[in-house]
Amino acid sequence: MELTGAEITVRCLADEGVDYIFGYPGGAVLHIYDEIFKQDRVKHILVRHEQAAVHAADGYARACEKPGCVLVTSGPGVTNAVTGIATAYMDSIPMVIVTGQVPTHAIGQDAFQEVDTVGITRPCVKHNFLVKDVRDLATTIKKAFYIATTGRPGPVLVDIPKDVTIARTEYEYPASVSMRSYNPVLKGHAGQIRKALALLTEAKRPMIYTGGGVVLGSASAELAQFVRNLGFPCTNTLMGLGGYPANDPLFMGMLGMHGTYEANMAMQHCDVLLAIGARFDDRVIGNPKHFFQEDRRIIHVDVDPSSISKRVRVDVPIVGDVREVLSEMNRQLAATGAKPDAAALKAWWTQIELWRARNCLKYDRNAAIIKPQMVIEKLHEITGGDAIVTSDVGQHQMWAAQFYRFDKPRRWINSGGLGTMGFGLPAALGAWLAHPESTVVCVTGEASIQMCIQELSTCKQYRAPIKIVNLNNRYMGMVRQWQEFFHGNRYAESYMDALPDFVKLTESYGHVGMRIEKPEDVEGALREAFSRKDDLVFMDFVTDQTENVFPMVPGGKGLSEMILV
Amino acid sequence: MRHIISLLLENESGALSRVAGLFSARGYNIESLTVAPTEDATLSRMTIVTTGSDDVIEQITKQLNKLVDVVKVVDLSEGEHIERELMLVKVRASGKDREEMKRMADIFRGRIIDVTDKSYTIELTGTGQKLDAFLDALEDGAVLETVRTGASGIGRGERILKV
Repeated sequence: MELTGAEITVRCLADEGVDYIFGYPGGAVLHIYDEIFKQDRVKHILVRHEQAAVHAADGYARACEKPGCVLVTSGPGVTNAVTGIATAYMDSIPMVIVTGQVPTHAIGQDAFQEVDTVGITRPCVKHNFLVKDVRDLATTIKKAFYIATTGRPGPVLVDIPKDVTIARTEYEYPASVSMRSYNPVLKGHAGQIRKALALLTEAKRPMIYTGGGVVLGSASAELAQFVRNLGFPCTNTLMGLGGYPANDPLFMGMLGMHGTYEANMAMQHCDVLLAIGARFDDRVIGNPKHFFQEDRRIIHVDVDPSSISKRVRVDVPIVGDVREVLSEMNRQLAATGAKPDAAALKAWWTQIELWRARNCLKYDRNAAIIKPQMVIEKLHEITGGDAIVTSDVGQHQMWAAQFYRFDKPRRWINSGGLGTMGFGLPAALGAWLAHPESTVVCVTGEASIQMCIQELSTCKQYRAPIKIVNLNNRYMGMVRQWQEFFHGNRYAESYMDALPDFVKLTESYGHVGMRIEKPEDVEGALREAFSRKDDLVFMDFVTDQTENVFPMVPGGKGLSEMILV
Repeated sequence: MRHIISLLLENESGALSRVAGLFSARGYNIESLTVAPTEDATLSRMTIVTTGSDDVIEQITKQLNKLVDVVKVVDLSEGEHIERELMLVKVRASGKDREEMKRMADIFRGRIIDVTDKSYTIELTGTGQKLDAFLDALEDGAVLETVRTGASGIGRGERILKV
């Protein structure tokens, strides 16, 4: 039987196993919405702004192992979605975005709500398609899911003109696709793996540094086995937190611009560095010239060859899926029985413990005003360290990363690469839909939350009992911190004047709002909020305006040149 | 260092802009770029002349390979190869210069493909250097117009770029 393009689109999504699609209707996608209305396999989540649709799909994808899915209309629907798409692209999140387009005959005529979607999104998607013939539609959607979820994951966009959604053809969803131009390498080269293990077992000062690739590649168990077997120190990037249990003694904390003293010092002074699913970005190694003042061998495991030797020269490159490579490393280690240099390792740990004793994350626990770090520590305590925590971007993000010690992957959801304010709340909605049984917290600030505050309405519609922890210091805190350190205390436009009353604002959306002003009230407020299982609770914590995030590696400086408390 | 990179890509609309967009987005140089369909109508062959350090060239080939529409990438300058460029040049050819211009075209194995009583249009192929040499050899003011295709390249001997 022949189906319309709109029917085919929705059938494809259902056959692909999509349970939620996040979107916003409009002229070019009305036929697709009509088909969504007529079925119940794919549930539609109506956001209040297209950017939030993409962030919610993103949060969903990060929380479970499935791709996120988005549906928006042409023109402004697409341009609003671009920030979300770029966010997902920078963090390699698997996602398929279906966009409406003006009819094929109108393309290029500056039609109403027309933009060159494929052109606008090209630099921030893994791939995109414009479907001009309904007979190509099902195959294209299959390809989109295949490309989005394999190799280094990423967002893939499918642009469908309105006339294609009306045209009819026979429907058959392909069971698989193969593309001659796209064949990601998954299995690591056995010889390279042997070389890497030889370097690691001979190392005097080894270090393991892992990123988002371990979380996205579901390789935490293999990583833990490998690290514990060797007894090496391990650090995670902002994107990689939860990839290795934070409460394990071998864990060094996060590294990078706001990483721990011990992690950054060990990175700088190790003699063999194993990087897994991480990309040596500027927030992680600081100034590369300074990084290379010390001599070390680098082994780099990544599914994307272009991530290897991009910012640093690598001695042993291993292209492959991180879980496959780590499994093979574990297998070879067991087979050969190779052991690290015990005496050297003992001396290295002695040095590391000295660094650790600096206690770089200390803060004033007896302050008369609420310290943001304390709120996160209490949050960790009260949620048993097992909540899914999303964040926006800025100081609160760094404190959450430093003080909510993530023991499991896919619990920490933030915009690491693009640094998108407004990400946290919609991402929390997506994460909750992926795991409705879990506690979902959005750690945010009074500046970030206002960038997608309208999603409180979406949360009401779907009864999402998210807990919002607003660290309200009346400043764009990270901007203020840079202005204090590097711009002579001139706080240009970083003061958040004319803030709304967040309690009333939340209540007007039909949720519960709380304002907490004293340190002694923090714990009680958190307990009360988390006891309200079915409610969204917005906790507005009035925090110390002058608090800064430490340690800090200033821009252009080396990892060992941290500013400490 | 100058490199000449050959690629096979899906002959689909938008494939060229993916390549061009990659170069501008990542700040790589393009000295010239030529593209046309191959004997297999589903594939296009592109030749890009670029410059950069070894690290940059390695990134360029990796990033090109990462594009979903790109089927194969080869850095021709890694081995023996041949490159040719086509130039059409319209020159002043009147009076006593007319005979001299014909001789210059012959010396450079050019062909005169259009004639008026005041000008010749000469077709010339060769490496970029040879085309430059021809232009340098002409008297000042002799050149009215030039158009060049940019280099196309192919490996020598058994080196074959094919799917």
